[in-house]
Amino acid sequence: MLARRVIPCLDVRDGKVVKGVQFRNHEIIGDIVPLAQKYAEAGADELVFYDITASSDGRVVDKSWVTRIAEVIDIPFCVAGGIKSEADAKEILMMGADKISINSPALRDPELITRLADVFGQQCIVVGVDSFYNKEANNGKGEYQVYQFTGDEKRTQKTGWTTFDWIERVVSLGAGEIVLNCMNQDGVRQGYDIEQLKQARAVCKVPLIASGGAGTMKHFSDIYQQADVDGALAASVFHKGVIAIKDLKTYLKEQRIEVRPC
Amino acid sequence: MAEIKTVTKNVIVDTGCANLASVKFAVERLGYKVTITDDIELIQQADKVILPGVGSAKHAMANIKAKNLVTVLQNLTQPVLGFCLGMQLMTESSTEGNKSSTADNNANTVPCLNLIPTKIEPLKAQDKRLPHMGWNTLTQVSDHPIFNGITTGDYFYFVHSFAAPISEYTIASCEYGSTFSAAIAKDNFIGCQFHPERSSALGSKIIQNFLELEPQELVKL
Repeated sequence: MLARRVIPCLDVRDGKVVKGVQFRNHEIIGDIVPLAQKYAEAGADELVFYDITASSDGRVVDKSWVTRIAEVIDIPFCVAGGIKSEADAKEILMMGADKISINSPALRDPELITRLADVFGQQCIVVGVDSFYNKEANNGKGEYQVYQFTGDEKRTQKTGWTTFDWIERVVSLGAGEIVLNCMNQDGVRQGYDIEQLKQARAVCKVPLIASGGAGTMKHFSDIYQQADVDGALAASVFHKGVIAIKDLKTYLKEQRIEVRPC
Repeated sequence: MAEIKTVTKNVIVDTGCANLASVKFAVERLGYKVTITDDIELIQQADKVILPGVGSAKHAMANIKAKNLVTVLQNLTQPVLGFCLGMQLMTESSTEGNKSSTADNNANTVPCLNLIPTKIEPLKAQDKRLPHMGWNTLTQVSDHPIFNGITTGDYFYFVHSFAAPISEYTIASCEYGSTFSAAIAKDNFIGCQFHPERSSALGSKIIQNFLELEPQELVKL
């Protein structure tokens, strides 16, 4: 049976792994290659590397670390940040990444998704969606809204898209997977946004990855069982040793959730 | 990097696809030397040939044709291992032409290398999500030497929306909505639908089995 994926996310800035709270106040966690190797050996099913400054700085991500990661790890990994064209995507994939994830560039040029999927295959084109629940919006009824340039607090801005409309749009354009970052939950370890991910699941016909809010092992079992996501992404609980992947998988198995043994 | 264990010549065919580097690194992690090449002579003279691939069959076959490698690959007699799209390219044809191929339009059928008599079709995932992406178990494993040390229930990393149906050439199966070929083989040609280079220790085991395979082991099958 297809296993639910446990995916450590490594936010990268200047070649170091960093972590902020609600996308801000980034602190350095460690060097990228040994951390990647550590997670692969610990039983992670996949890794995601986000260059959190790239899109918002308007500069291209320093990519030399992609090759260094591909050399040492034997599980799939995805690279996000600053991929704006077929040439950018090709470079990252040629260096050994299995997937590329685009976020702000897809908002600026949605057809980019289709062009990338046509050349490289739908399976390696991930679209990251940064979603914020604005409770004042929609005449006070509340609304999930898509944000862009979230790597830089000063440039972070709301787009005209509601989250579920945008997910449907990017899937129709050829996205092979969606990572839904629930910004209200990011870094605060109060649990994934089950309600939002359930609604996203209903409109998302491709694999869906939950992101933002993991704090306990129960948060993982809840999101797999209640929102039927294909994978759950987390950073701080892994980086800070709050949850060991081996323990998490043992726990998930006890909850009768299909996972790959470590 | 580990020491070089053999003097055999291993090549990865440069199909112009994107996962060449990760396949090369996976071979090198096992301590073997390998060359990525589209040079006809180097491919013909190799002891072992790996045919990787990601992306669409249409795109990859166009690359292979442009590099004049169609008959070169078809005439290889040494062991050849295809990964993912590389496996699919070993078959007669694929319906994975382009994005619109989900319309089941036969006009989108792409002729492939025709080394293993089976056809690549859209994966019948029933109500499950596509692409079939992630770690899944093998539901049946034959005693083919490529699977030494691998058993039913072992997890491998899959990423695909098209698949080879179960046939007499199936040497391992997997289930996702329906049962399909996780690996196929005929004579010296072996193909895995999953990605051994991204399947952790068990994936490495398969690459190692291939690199250590004596060609006569395949003749006996």
